[in-house]
Amino acid sequence: MNEIWQGLLEAIKLIVSLDPEILEISGRSLWIALSSCLLASVICLPIGGLIHFQRFAGKRTLISLIQTFYSIPTVVIGLFVFVLLSRTGPLGGFNLLFTPTAMIIGQMLLVIPIVLGLTISALSGIDKVIPDTARSLGAGSFQTAVVVLKEARFAVTAAMIMAFSRAISEVGLALIVGGNIKGFTRVITTTISLETAKGDLELALALGIILMFIALVINLVLNQLQTR
Amino acid sequence: MPLIETVDLCQKYNGHDVLKKIALQVEPGEVLSLIGPTGAGKTTLLRLLDLLDTPTSGRIYFAGTEVTRSGKTRSETRRKMAFVLQKPVVFNASVYDNVAYGLKWRGITRNELYQRVSGILETVSLSALRDRNARTLSGGEIQRIAIARAIALEPELLLLDEPTANLDPISISRIEKLIANIIHQHKTTIIMTTHDMRQGQRLPNKVAVLINGEILQTGSSRDIFTSPHNQEIAEFVGTENIINGVITTSEEDLVTINTSGKIIEAIADYPVGEEVCACIRPEDITLANSQAPSSARNSYAGKIMQVVPIGPLCRIEIDCDFSLFALVTGRSVEELDLVRGKTIYATFKATAIHIIRRER
Ligand SMILES: Nc1ncnc2c1ncn2[C@@H]1O[C@H](COP(=O)(O)OP(=O)(O)OP(=O)(O)O)[C@@H](O)[C@H]1O
Ligand SMILES: [Mg+2]
Repeated sequence: MNEIWQGLLEAIKLIVSLDPEILEISGRSLWIALSSCLLASVICLPIGGLIHFQRFAGKRTLISLIQTFYSIPTVVIGLFVFVLLSRTGPLGGFNLLFTPTAMIIGQMLLVIPIVLGLTISALSGIDKVIPDTARSLGAGSFQTAVVVLKEARFAVTAAMIMAFSRAISEVGLALIVGGNIKGFTRVITTTISLETAKGDLELALALGIILMFIALVINLVLNQLQTR
Repeated sequence: MPLIETVDLCQKYNGHDVLKKIALQVEPGEVLSLIGPTGAGKTTLLRLLDLLDTPTSGRIYFAGTEVTRSGKTRSETRRKMAFVLQKPVVFNASVYDNVAYGLKWRGITRNELYQRVSGILETVSLSALRDRNARTLSGGEIQRIAIARAIALEPELLLLDEPTANLDPISISRIEKLIANIIHQHKTTIIMTTHDMRQGQRLPNKVAVLINGEILQTGSSRDIFTSPHNQEIAEFVGTENIINGVITTSEEDLVTINTSGKIIEAIADYPVGEEVCACIRPEDITLANSQAPSSARNSYAGKIMQVVPIGPLCRIEIDCDFSLFALVTGRSVEELDLVRGKTIYATFKATAIHIIRRER
């Protein structure tokens, strides 16, 4: 018990003293999760709009399929990206394995279903009268889509935040495609798992506290959005 | 050439005919009021005219060009119109932006945009609220925003779907004034719907009656008010006295009608034996405490069954073998001492009666 208290105290000291290693690891975590989510959003907003506004056979099935992928295990995506990027894999020539780029690609694939699925449900939450109103005022189909997306902006932002929280808290994928290389691909979650295994609890606890803090901030922002 | 014209326009929903062969012609500058009971198909028709939906069959011409189905002409044509939906919604944005959207889509320069939007907000007296989120406005204010953003587009054709439904009398008169102003200043062609017969009479110069998906009568509001083509229209336009009878004599435009033993004289031309309804507007009936002088042809003694105040007026139900409703001022009620159970003489002129053939 004493050991834990000791560890916690040391952890807080590390955070308060702005330990360079902690800053570096946390910064990388944030950067990788943020980039993957932004990329996923850039891809998913137009596709989500397309799926929502177009009528086609199998639309419902497609949406259920997307929702199924919300909870795909991170190690499965990790394995898939690993195979894709490994030296003998189809994209091996780019030498991306064990780089932050590989981690961004992996996390992007991981959160695409979430951003896509939640964007579609955000759009369907908008009253049918909104697109009618836009069209009756002379909006073309693209302009109408933009109007509806704008109306759904809070729900869409919430989708992006959900994606971010999944990306920053996952460990399996970061470990498999990042390799947990010190000073290069080490992020909060992989460091925690490594340091804990090594028995060095101070650093692990400090990073754990930071991750909890990030989760808290995410929750506060989400709550704000949902009351809009 | 009509600005908008429909030919045999039909719309079906789930195998149910909502609109049946609508033939409508509206000339430039004309103001048409579509009146009809709820569920008649008014909104459905306006949505077709604004090219938001595609009809099951039939054609729509805008300024002589067919626009029913072709995708490109449809969106171009839609930009020449503006449609205020029945239950308007505002975008989750400021009042200013709500009015500005349609203009932005038309690629209007920033400077002109500002001028136009400010001017319109002035017109609808909402300048003070320009930066408010439109979602926080009251129903009447939202209705004004909806009209403002439509007229800001200076459309050739303005479609208004029940612009005053669910509003209080002050908001209604405010919006009617606004519409009257648009008619007066811009000479915009307008098609508006209402199920308030009186509004149809207050505002526009032409009225079409839409009942059950069919246009049953088109004409001046006075025509429709005083000479409805059939019983359904008569009932809808508030002809409260619709009395069934049979023509007993007919000579030189003067007919007599037998109705439950009493004789009514009217100006009309129908053969003897024809089954008809005599329509008398309640305000055309005068009441007196003594038998009227002989010049008035139709005068009946009856018992007052009910006295119901309606605003400044009173609606009196009289039983003179057939039941008769009269509309009189509150002052007359006092002067004539109209109370329930009293016997009174009800009189109406032969010219105040509108005769329609009864449908079997
Ligand atoms: N999209 C739709 N799908 C199925 N039925 C519809 C649809 N739109 C309208 N209807 C039906 O068509 C009929 C006419 O509706 P419409 O809204 O045009 O009536 P309205 O004259 O505007 O009535 P109100 O005065 O109540 O607004 C109604 O019976 C309605 O249920
Ligand atoms: Mg309607």
